Amino acid sequence: MAAPKTPVTLPDYQVERIGSQIAEGETIKSARPHVLTDVVTNFCPGCTHGIVNRLVAEVIDELGIEGKTVGIAPVGCSVMMYDFFNCDMIEAAHGRAPAVATGVKRVHPENVVFAYQGDGDLASIGTAETVHAATRGEKITVIFINNAIYGMTGGQMAPTSLPNQVTQTSPYGRDVSKVGYPVRISELLATLDGVAYVERVTCDSRAHIIQAKKAIKKAFQNQIDGVGYSLVEVVATCPTNWGMTPQNAFQWLRENMLPYYPLGVYKDVVADGFANAAEAALERAKDCPIAQQGKEA
Amino acid sequence: MARIIVDDVFCKGCGLCVDACPKGVLALDQERITPKGYHPAKLVDPDNCIGCSSCFITCPDVAITVVS
Amino acid sequence: MADTQERVLMKGNEVLAEAAMRAGCRFFFGYPITPQTELAAYMAKKLPLIGGTFLQAESEIAAINMVYGAAAAGARVMTSSSSPGVSLKGEGVSYMAGADCPGVIVNVERGGPGLGGIQPSQSDYFQATRALGHGDFYMPVLAPSTVQEMADLIYLAFDLADEYRTPAMILADGMIGQMMEPVTLPPERDLSTLPAKPWATSGTHMERKHNVVNSLYLSPEKLEKTNFERFERYAEIKEKHQRQELMLCDDAEIVVVAFGAASRIARTAVRDARAKGIKCGLLRPITLWPYPEKAINQLLDNGAKQFLSVELNMGQMVDDVRLAVNGRADVSFYGRTGGVLPTPEEVLEQIEKIAQNMERGE
Repeated sequence: MAAPKTPVTLPDYQVERIGSQIAEGETIKSARPHVLTDVVTNFCPGCTHGIVNRLVAEVIDELGIEGKTVGIAPVGCSVMMYDFFNCDMIEAAHGRAPAVATGVKRVHPENVVFAYQGDGDLASIGTAETVHAATRGEKITVIFINNAIYGMTGGQMAPTSLPNQVTQTSPYGRDVSKVGYPVRISELLATLDGVAYVERVTCDSRAHIIQAKKAIKKAFQNQIDGVGYSLVEVVATCPTNWGMTPQNAFQWLRENMLPYYPLGVYKDVVADGFANAAEAALERAKDCPIAQQGKEA
Repeated sequence: MARIIVDDVFCKGCGLCVDACPKGVLALDQERITPKGYHPAKLVDPDNCIGCSSCFITCPDVAITVVS
Repeated sequence: MADTQERVLMKGNEVLAEAAMRAGCRFFFGYPITPQTELAAYMAKKLPLIGGTFLQAESEIAAINMVYGAAAAGARVMTSSSSPGVSLKGEGVSYMAGADCPGVIVNVERGGPGLGGIQPSQSDYFQATRALGHGDFYMPVLAPSTVQEMADLIYLAFDLADEYRTPAMILADGMIGQMMEPVTLPPERDLSTLPAKPWATSGTHMERKHNVVNSLYLSPEKLEKTNFERFERYAEIKEKHQRQELMLCDDAEIVVVAFGAASRIARTAVRDARAKGIKCGLLRPITLWPYPEKAINQLLDNGAKQFLSVELNMGQMVDDVRLAVNGRADVSFYGRTGGVLPTPEEVLEQIEKIAQNMERGE
């Protein structure tokens, strides 16, 4: 990935384990981020949660914010995330991570607070918390994993399951005439004034993963800069519950997920020339006198 | 000269790194089993590793260290 | 708030807010509901002036989870609601209990079930004292009966919450919440004497191992151990913090048990009964959990023979009276529900009936 400024080193626990395999004069090009603990994740082999966990970890390392970062883990496959990160962590109730993050951020505005949530957590049981944290413009960073299924409970229909997708609770395929349509979160949140930045990325290839990391880094940097609420949606796979090899899951993602969930930037107030979400909101409401009150102050 | 080191503690043998490698120098080691019961990734053609880190970038378990 | 001993005429709900701020609460997350609205409105007006944060959440669920987050971050924090809204908070309170997060929840009760009514009620006694939410837990529940106690008990609730790392509840009702009485406001809490919170998630600053605020234990043994440890704290609370007021109880054979608004009515009835020569006293539980069992046992030792639980519900606290009495005396119940308040005459009639039955040896 982009060359870090400081030399790459192994975390202490790996020095013991594999340090002897590195010869004198050899330099490390890529290694585990230091904010990751010496814990093997509970993710299935080939699960893309691990990739996104690492991207978040690398961003925390590169921004040098481990000591002031507080992460909020969701309910779902990432529920144990508090064991994987060396920064302070809180385990939230299902869907409530944005509310918990709000509480932390309001108490310690100088902390960097992120929530990491799956589709059931963020787009079903926690939709209200998500939409309102976004519209309040909470200065938090949200990483949203959209893999179109409930993984932890064994493969039930998610709010983002595709039309006709077979799951444990849509065994004949998602019948949109009965259960309705998938939620496109990035498009939805982009309409809200409190939102500074929303981008949808994926992680099926080297190029896409590098793009995903850029987006995640921007979402953290926005918080540090006080720009506003930022969310990165990562279109991801669930090989186990999709019933595919990790490789075939990537193929299915490219064929079916990406046409329904197009990649791209859905809102970026900085790219639009504003200092923050508040400025963009003011401009959007330029014909509303009451919304303009206090503008000069 | 570049090469990779796989930490068996983390590797779950998913094979995504094998697919991601542009030079085809990786394989799952059918001779070995990790403490968790997986066949770990292995550099089978060390001479042709270009140290591009594609395997590292794709590895969901952050099991790979790339050195040069 | 310079004059710390000022005596003022204030509304119960506003006193809860003012005293909470004096107790060091700087974060309030809530959602509008009658009859607790004045509390939130007072906070919205005053908290920003002292550097605090008032935030109207999108729901009761979000509000209590903001409380959870702020508590995890180490703040003195509270939320307030009324019965239907408190039901929604159950989830978050359970998580706070499971993660050992201190915080104060105010319930200014109204009638139920369902949307019920907006008149005073005590029908959330079970909910408050039998664990508000899923799982094995309790929390201190304090029941004010005067506006002065609104101030005193919320002050205490914050201290108990911090000392025992637990959510704590003020169980008031629409009557105490809406009434105005003179009150001596407590002084500003000296925050330097608060228990340290080394477990709080405010960033490691690369100086310590990471803190995790969490209620998930996939190992049954670890979850059991955590619950055992929490119940040791509960045992200490039960031992140290049973609180009650006794009136005319020294020689009482009939003890009326009532808390909150019901105790104000019962107090008059007990005095009237005394005037008629009935050996009657009042036990007013101030802590509903832990329940004042020791006081009840003392009254039994002193010769109490009849207990009458008077409540604004269909009979909830009476179960705790029975448990404490444990068969050593008769226990009966009188209550009105749905927001209807009994008159002192109604209660007196019940006391007289019991007295007559005792005379007849029944």
